[in-house]
Amino acid sequence: MIEQQYIDLFTQFRDELDAHSVKGMNLHRDAALEKFKQIGFPTSKQEEYKHSNIVRTFDGELGLNLRNIPIPVNPYDVFKCDVPHLSTHLYFLINDRYYDQFKPPVMLPEGVFVGSLQRFSEEYPEQFNTYYAQIADYSDNGVVAYNTMFAQDGFVVYVPKNVTVEKPLQLINILRGGVDLSVNRRILIIAEENAQVKLLVCDHTVDDVRFVVTQVTEVFADVSAQVDLYELEENSEKVTRLTNLFSEQKDHSNVQTSCITLHNGYTRNNYRFRLLGEHAEAHAGGLAICDKDQHIDNFAFLDHVKPNCMSNELFKTVLNDRASGVFCGKILVEKDAQKTMAYQTNRNLLASDSAQMFSKPQLEIYADDVKCSHGLTTGQLDEEALFYMRARGIDKDEARLLLMVAFTSDVVDMIRIESLQERLTTLIDKRFRGKLMRCGNCNVCI
Amino acid sequence: MLKIKNLHAIVEEKEILKGVNLEVNQGEVHAVMGPNGSGKSTLASVLAGNPKFEVTRGQILFNDKDLLEMEPEDRAREGLFLSFQYPVEIPGVSMVNFMRAAVNEQRKYRGEEPISASDFLKLMRDKRELLGMDSQLVSRSVNEGFSGGEKKKNEIFQLAMLNPQLAILDETDSGLDIDALRVVASGVNKLQTKENATIVITHYQRLLEYIKPDYVHVLYAGKILRSGGPDLALELEKRGYDWLINP
Repeated sequence: MIEQQYIDLFTQFRDELDAHSVKGMNLHRDAALEKFKQIGFPTSKQEEYKHSNIVRTFDGELGLNLRNIPIPVNPYDVFKCDVPHLSTHLYFLINDRYYDQFKPPVMLPEGVFVGSLQRFSEEYPEQFNTYYAQIADYSDNGVVAYNTMFAQDGFVVYVPKNVTVEKPLQLINILRGGVDLSVNRRILIIAEENAQVKLLVCDHTVDDVRFVVTQVTEVFADVSAQVDLYELEENSEKVTRLTNLFSEQKDHSNVQTSCITLHNGYTRNNYRFRLLGEHAEAHAGGLAICDKDQHIDNFAFLDHVKPNCMSNELFKTVLNDRASGVFCGKILVEKDAQKTMAYQTNRNLLASDSAQMFSKPQLEIYADDVKCSHGLTTGQLDEEALFYMRARGIDKDEARLLLMVAFTSDVVDMIRIESLQERLTTLIDKRFRGKLMRCGNCNVCI
Repeated sequence: MLKIKNLHAIVEEKEILKGVNLEVNQGEVHAVMGPNGSGKSTLASVLAGNPKFEVTRGQILFNDKDLLEMEPEDRAREGLFLSFQYPVEIPGVSMVNFMRAAVNEQRKYRGEEPISASDFLKLMRDKRELLGMDSQLVSRSVNEGFSGGEKKKNEIFQLAMLNPQLAILDETDSGLDIDALRVVASGVNKLQTKENATIVITHYQRLLEYIKPDYVHVLYAGKILRSGGPDLALELEKRGYDWLINP
């Protein structure tokens, strides 16, 4: 049993984990451990993990980031995120630890907290206890339990009532280490009534070892709050990324997420949105571009609890070589959720004969006055469009590339930061040309 | 400029072209007419290099080069242009990017530098005005959500942008109302010079009132049944095709 070595590891280093973390996080470890002992990691025997064997990635020796591995450079100098006209407030997590050694001073609106989860627990104990680990349910999810056991720090965005953070926030996660590492981070986003905030999270790898990353994100959108969360994965092929996003929304709130998997190893993203107030809107976008032996699995669960809400999902996958992809979209419309509008679209492009896609919509509707739709297609490039472009003198490879970039465009269009849209289009173009993995002029990532 | 000799072509194992011969010279306008299913569009597709069609016999020389040896993109770069009967919608590819890629690929082929941003925009504007096209259309995705008439105008807009030696207009009049037809035809006429040539493929004589052909050919059952001057089109209009098919 693979789990035993992690139970042993936890028991052995429990004191160090506690010492490196804070009380508010430590007090969740025991219950998480008990659950983890019971359920362990999900296996491919479970329906929801049928096409993603994630246990396998925990096989082998993985270290913990107990020593808080330092980064030998100043990331504020080195990571020049080359997004023209995209001005952000920039933050870093090195593995799972918040980094602020060289952080320039940031002017944020009054009452806003952006930074380390540990410090948040000290400065805002009430909010911390109200929100941390409250919706990240691990009763049936061994990865979330595992994360709750091992997490030492993370990143928080807290925006109080009626405050708008105009400038987007940007968090860069840097994976670095000398040995294979288990990295367990938390992200907590709290937008109080009528608050607004946009966060862009970028994942990068700088060392050529194996990383198994678990990330648990909790999003709370209070009445009329607006939260945008954009994630961009550009990890090395040795990275396994297991994320779990939990979002809860109240009346008239609006949450938009988009996860762009630009380069990865083995990725499973779980999203769970609960619409707990009326007239709330959730928009979930996802785009993955995979080749070689890369794997992407997006699992989205939209739970309509209250009436008059709207959800919209758009997930797209482009697979080349031997890459494999999975999408499962579950929509639950509960009995009281009349006048629900729930739309789901999943489109996949297979650019080679050996790429594989598994896709499954799952609708459970218990209300009788709703509008729900789902559409699913998996196919190849449009031969007629290809010929049309060639007939205008455009090279065959260039035409293929333009069509692939075009295929991704509507996911990019969903993003509510215009300069990020432009930048992503350029990155996607470079990705298809095989000229990534550099966001811009920096040479830090492998 | 173009010499088609004994051209045979098949699609899905069915022979559509059964020995077409046709010669087009600089400065000439040729009309290819014929009833449905006679092979007109196949001829256009084969000339443009559509991979769905297979040439089984014959030869096509374009400026003395073997056209059948060329990829579709090279045919376009050599100066051949097909105005599609059914222009393809390409969501997500903007007209601007599409045209810029096309113009620059053709310039590269001729050993020229890419067109400057300002020259390109000016070219777009000039040609758009020539066709009386809405600026909105040019900022959208290629043909996406265009009406039938807008799609056909867009083909002629592309023709104007690329300024080819040989333009093949495949049923460009279908789906056009009389006003749009006039605009499209006048666009084609303005582009016609002593150096280039046009092949107009059409069902009806109507288009030929606006684009005056020098030669008219009747294609039937995969062969050219009769060739003549502009009068032949008028005769077809009066008498239909039957007198030629069953004399």
